[in-house]
Amino acid sequence: MEQQQEHHHHLHVPHPDMGPSEPTHHEEHIVTPKVYLIVGASLLVFTATTTAVSYVDLGEFNAVVALAIACIKMSLVVLFFMHVKYSSKLTRLTVACGFFTFLVLITMTMTDYISRAWGRW
Amino acid sequence: MDSQSVAAQTVETGHIEHEHPPFLRHHFENVAQQREAATFGMWLFLLTEIMFFGGLFCAYLIFRNWYYPAFVAGSHSLHIWAGTLNTTLLIISSFTMAMAVHAAETRVRRSLMGWMIVTIILGCGFLCVKAYEWHDEWVEHHVPGLNFNPATLEHGTKAYPDDTLAPDMAQKTSVYFSLYFAMTGMHALHMIIGVSLLTILLIGAYKGKYVDGHVAPIENFGLYWHFVDIVWIFLFPLLYLISRHQ
Repeated sequence: MEQQQEHHHHLHVPHPDMGPSEPTHHEEHIVTPKVYLIVGASLLVFTATTTAVSYVDLGEFNAVVALAIACIKMSLVVLFFMHVKYSSKLTRLTVACGFFTFLVLITMTMTDYISRAWGRW
Repeated sequence: MDSQSVAAQTVETGHIEHEHPPFLRHHFENVAQQREAATFGMWLFLLTEIMFFGGLFCAYLIFRNWYYPAFVAGSHSLHIWAGTLNTTLLIISSFTMAMAVHAAETRVRRSLMGWMIVTIILGCGFLCVKAYEWHDEWVEHHVPGLNFNPATLEHGTKAYPDDTLAPDMAQKTSVYFSLYFAMTGMHALHMIIGVSLLTILLIGAYKGKYVDGHVAPIENFGLYWHFVDIVWIFLFPLLYLISRHQ
């Protein structure tokens, strides 16, 4: 229906400022309940895993494993529940830029704090 | 406005006033473009939220590095079962919210309302568990600024009898609990806002909105809800899990 409407629009009322009509959006994609169910179940499995692993003494790697699992869970939520996998390039670029900027800020702040007492541990 | 005259005018001008659904704003070409713009705006808002919570996470990591024994002892005083239960509740609520978005897209009003109600119940369940934990921390005198008593953390706990801290390090557990309450508090505030917005959307859905192709409010609320879930996905290991064996 939306497709038809857009077609109609472009056919009969070319906007004077727009120039040649170009796609302004991404083809809508309705994610199926099956995908949601698989992702939801995976997230629960990862939750059980991360809790179980926290009972095992891995030394420093407890934090590494827990945060790695958290990152995997976040990726699943962002890609499937938040539809980024199926979104337009604009949305994907926005999300990627945001995360990249965030990583830069965190990394530079941490670098500063780690290097202040360099060699004086 | 007189619809007859408008219809006549649109034929003259070629402006298809009545060809578009009532929720399409005039400055958008079509529904898909409007939805795309709304998604873009929502993501920009969520990125500011990432920076906001990111600052708290950053502070947590730095202070954990500085006052490591205090943070370990503080973490040991939390109930791991409560954190796991809350993570489970939130993940299921994210799933039900995704299903609500699907119901809006496929235009099924009853299932849209059903999934929204389940999401609200799960969100409230999360807040109840959180309230129970906060009450517990209040009883144990672990609330900085209100009733904090570092002496409670000097001699270890039942589960972790080896958690003995020198008085100055025990005092630093207040930093752990300050960040704990700031982070879980801001997260819970987002949950309360989320449940409130979802209730308003539910009333709209009851009146028949969002199943006529105008999915954007439900979809963007879904983005917000999933974002709040992601914040908890990181809070859970940082606060509850990573210090368990230290």
